[in-house]
Amino acid sequence: MNDFRSRLETERPYLLRFASLQLRDPHAAEDAVQETLVAALAGEASFQGRANLRTWLTGILKHKIVDAIRRLSREATVVPLETDDLDAFFVDNGHWVDPPGAWADPGASLEQKRFFAALEACLARLPQKIAQAFMMREHLGLDTGEICKELAITPTHCWVLLYRARMALRECLEKEWFKSK
Amino acid sequence: MILSCKEVSRLVSQGLDRRLGWLERARLRLHLAICDGCTNFKKQMDFLRRAVARLQEELKERT
Repeated sequence: MNDFRSRLETERPYLLRFASLQLRDPHAAEDAVQETLVAALAGEASFQGRANLRTWLTGILKHKIVDAIRRLSREATVVPLETDDLDAFFVDNGHWVDPPGAWADPGASLEQKRFFAALEACLARLPQKIAQAFMMREHLGLDTGEICKELAITPTHCWVLLYRARMALRECLEKEWFKSK
Repeated sequence: MILSCKEVSRLVSQGLDRRLGWLERARLRLHLAICDGCTNFKKQMDFLRRAVARLQEELKERT
C-alpha cells in the first residue's frame, strides 16, 4: 500500500461517521465513502499542495452524499405540505399552547458529550425526508435552492420540511435534555 | 397587522434559510419585542444551528 493510500484509509472512520449523519442507510453511507476514497486516489495529483487531507476528502464526500440522496429520493415518500399537525403546538388564535421557556445555559451543553448523544437520538427520531432536508441544510451546509433541486421539491416545500424538523428537534431536546438534566 | 406566534415561529425558521423582506423583519421585531415565548424560541433555533455545527466538531474529536 502506498503512503497516500494508507493516509486515505486512516480517514475512513471519520468519513463514515460524517456520511452516516446524513444517510441513514448504512450501505449508502459506506458506498459514498468508498466512492470518495476511489475518487481521491484517482485525484491524488489535485490534492498536492493542499494543507488538509480531511477537509479535501470531506468536500468530495459531500458531493457523493448528494449523489446518493438524488438516487434515494426517487423512491422516497412525499411529506405533506400543510402544517396542520403543527397546530398541536398552538391554540386557535395562533398563540403557543405551551410557550417556550428559556433553556438554562445552552452554551454549557455544547461542552458535554452526553448532549450530543441526546441530539443524535433526536435527529434519529425525525421522519426520514424531514431529517434529510434538515441535515442537507445544517450538516452539508447546502442552501435551500440546492436542496430543492436535489429533492425535486419547491422552495415552499423545502421551508416547510426545515420548519417541521426544527419544531420537532426543539421539542425533543427540551424533553430529553433541558428538562431532564 | 400583528403576527401570531405560529406565524412568527415559521418566519423565524425561514429566517435561517432565506433573507427575509424588510416588512417581514419589521413585523418579526415588533412581535419579539413583546413576546417572551417567541424570543426564547428564536434563541433556541439559533442554538440548534450551533449545536449541529458542533456535532461535526465532535465527530472529528472521536477519531
